[in-house]
Amino acid sequence: MREIISRLGKFTLIRAVLLFLAVIVAVYLTVIIANLGGQLDDIRKAQIRYEIGQRAFGNPDLRTMSPEEVAEMLNALAETEFLRLGMDRPFFPMRSFEYLWRACTLDLGRAERLSSDAGSRQVHNILMERLPVTLALFGTANLVLFLLALFIALFLSRRYGGFLDRLIIALAPSSAAPGWFYGLFLILIFGALLGVLPWGGLVDAPIPDTRLAYALSVLKHMVLPVAAVVLGALFANIYTWRTFFLIYSSEDYVELARAKGLSSRSIDRRYVLRPVLPPILTSFLLVLITMWMGQIVLENVFHWPGLGSVFYQATQMNDVPVILGVIVIYGYLLAATVFVLDFVYAIIDPRVRVGGGAVRQ
Amino acid sequence: MQNWLATLKGARRYPSLVAGVVVIIIFVAFSIYAVVALPYAEAIRLWRGGPGVWDETPRNAAPAWFDVFIEGDTPRTIVVRSGDTGTITEEAIGDGMKRAEIVLPFQYDYDGFPSELRLYSQAEYEGSRQPATVSWHTPDGRTIILQEHRIPRATDTYYISQDQELRTQLSGMAPHQGLFVDPNDEENPLKGEYRLILTTEVPQTAELDAKLVALGQLHGLAGTDHRGRDLLVALLWGAPIGLMFGVLAAVGAQVSTFVLSAIGTWLGGKVDRLFQWLTQVNLVIPVLPLLILIGHFYSRSLWTMLGMVIALNVFSASYLTYRAMYLQAKEAPYIEAAQAYGAGNFRIIFRYLIPRIAPTLLPQFVLIIPLFVFLEATLSVLGLGDPVLPTWGKVIYDAVDEGALYKGYYYWLIEPAVLLLLLGVGFALIGYSLDRIFNPRLRTL
Repeated sequence: MREIISRLGKFTLIRAVLLFLAVIVAVYLTVIIANLGGQLDDIRKAQIRYEIGQRAFGNPDLRTMSPEEVAEMLNALAETEFLRLGMDRPFFPMRSFEYLWRACTLDLGRAERLSSDAGSRQVHNILMERLPVTLALFGTANLVLFLLALFIALFLSRRYGGFLDRLIIALAPSSAAPGWFYGLFLILIFGALLGVLPWGGLVDAPIPDTRLAYALSVLKHMVLPVAAVVLGALFANIYTWRTFFLIYSSEDYVELARAKGLSSRSIDRRYVLRPVLPPILTSFLLVLITMWMGQIVLENVFHWPGLGSVFYQATQMNDVPVILGVIVIYGYLLAATVFVLDFVYAIIDPRVRVGGGAVRQ
Repeated sequence: MQNWLATLKGARRYPSLVAGVVVIIIFVAFSIYAVVALPYAEAIRLWRGGPGVWDETPRNAAPAWFDVFIEGDTPRTIVVRSGDTGTITEEAIGDGMKRAEIVLPFQYDYDGFPSELRLYSQAEYEGSRQPATVSWHTPDGRTIILQEHRIPRATDTYYISQDQELRTQLSGMAPHQGLFVDPNDEENPLKGEYRLILTTEVPQTAELDAKLVALGQLHGLAGTDHRGRDLLVALLWGAPIGLMFGVLAAVGAQVSTFVLSAIGTWLGGKVDRLFQWLTQVNLVIPVLPLLILIGHFYSRSLWTMLGMVIALNVFSASYLTYRAMYLQAKEAPYIEAAQAYGAGNFRIIFRYLIPRIAPTLLPQFVLIIPLFVFLEATLSVLGLGDPVLPTWGKVIYDAVDEGALYKGYYYWLIEPAVLLLLLGVGFALIGYSLDRIFNPRLRTL
């Protein structure tokens, strides 16, 4: 047991380090692309000017000076500060690493135009306020998707070739369209035509005053976006996973178990579900990664006030620090997703738990 | 080669494959028609709009065939020009001046009201601008003065529907309704011949011209958007653009991944490890946000996006799938034989490894096309569509942005969405059928 845990720990640690390195490379790439037009330098300089302005504000000498003189003095101070911080140095290599560090720690200073609902203009605060909202929708939607697809796939694999099986498989091409696309139709049907569910948003207005009413209201608003995500990916996942089930349930050891007279329930659980979960997790990981991309549009279609919405607002208002911040957070989220699934993979895959060498794909 | 051609011939047994192929062929024909019927420059000019381009189309008009579902005869656009049905009578009044009277008559037999009324006029002459009187004559003989001393510019547009004074005069009714309404029936228009008369006194040399446009509620095969643009332009051109973007991105991304994974797997060692690691890095690169960043900072042109999409997908997740396939193929005896007679790396990779795996790539390749078709739509929906090209995604963006669902202009959203879905499903049908054909393991199950 102890050996298993230490092996798991080692595996997890190595994966974590590798993924962190991958995130750093991804963020570095973003930083380089973003600064090709000098945007990052502009943000930094604006931030420095702002700080100098704030510091000079309390200076009593300023009262006796004319506005032009004040402006000139502040300008001179800013220029000195730029020099002190080495902003005249070439972007490569040192200064780009500095930006990398700031981006990775989300130390992106103040947003240019957006502010958080609590009133803060720090990019960090704006993003942290939106993160839980995004995670709530993403987590719920994909958990529902995963469980539904898994159970329907298992169910269909037992009724292979039946009417229901063929019907659902015939629906697989519907997943060619992303979730937000179905979201538009769902809004059209349930919001505009039937009027039974809200068009979008997070809670009713006015905001319900009890905690329970609030939660119920959020749930009600979640129905359509979750349904959109599920519709956009369900049938393709069922198709792929059903295939995995079929492949693994035609293995010899399953036949043997059947010959021994085990109940189909315990065959499914012990002999089919177990070996089939690792490939299913791998395929679900790829689904999740595309889901993160779809989330941006989905949130905009449903006016869900998460990271995707704030990202869209930031691009509309040209708020560069926020745009960068969202990209960095997205990098972390993708890495976290990969990491979590890797971890689950390690737990359920006996090759990782028991033997050492089979970790590599 | 022969082998998988034979498999393809057996495809007739797969109705979904045939359906998919038919859909795609229809779209290709549709695209060719679009490009031939509406040349690129013309499509761009029409979609950009501007003065004079969409004068005679109503805004937010439903497609004309909606008429079938609506009771009564829904108004279409009526255009009366002084040159054809209209008449100009001129009479000299001395001092080098003339009195001109332009009569624009038209028959109105529709059951609803027009959506907008506009009067375009032209009067080129030297000297100070002269006032004009515009009056409206209903079939039952009433006369309503629209403007008594309007001073038109040389090229003038009088937006009758937006005339606030006229609205007050018509007891608060919008002019395009108030001018047509039956005095005995508040709900319906009076049918019959209406006349708009414009009288003015201008220099003898003046060339006069006027055009009355009563915009209807329905237009064309596809309807119009909030700027009066015929949606057909974008629906037609969306097909070639969507197809091209989807196919080029899929070719670029998949083929590069495919070749690189062959190279990586064959050479093994450091190259293989580097490529695998790059795939890992690529997995955590947020592709869509990065595309948005590039679209925002640098260029929104479709070509830039296409290039970036391909670049960001070179080390896509399918690298690992291909690698697994190559690892198996690498052990095949004929490869060993090739090595034994001294074939170089290049020859082995491009002549022996890749052709062997290529057929299995086909289903994946077809299945990935709709993802890219929808990626273009996704970018457009985020407001990052190509600035000049008319695409389906941009129509969806406009529709969502202008609250088409809220205002009930469902056709505006549904038309491009259905086309997108059809194109996507067409490719997906082919992809899934090919998957069953090329994966014998699934076939025997």
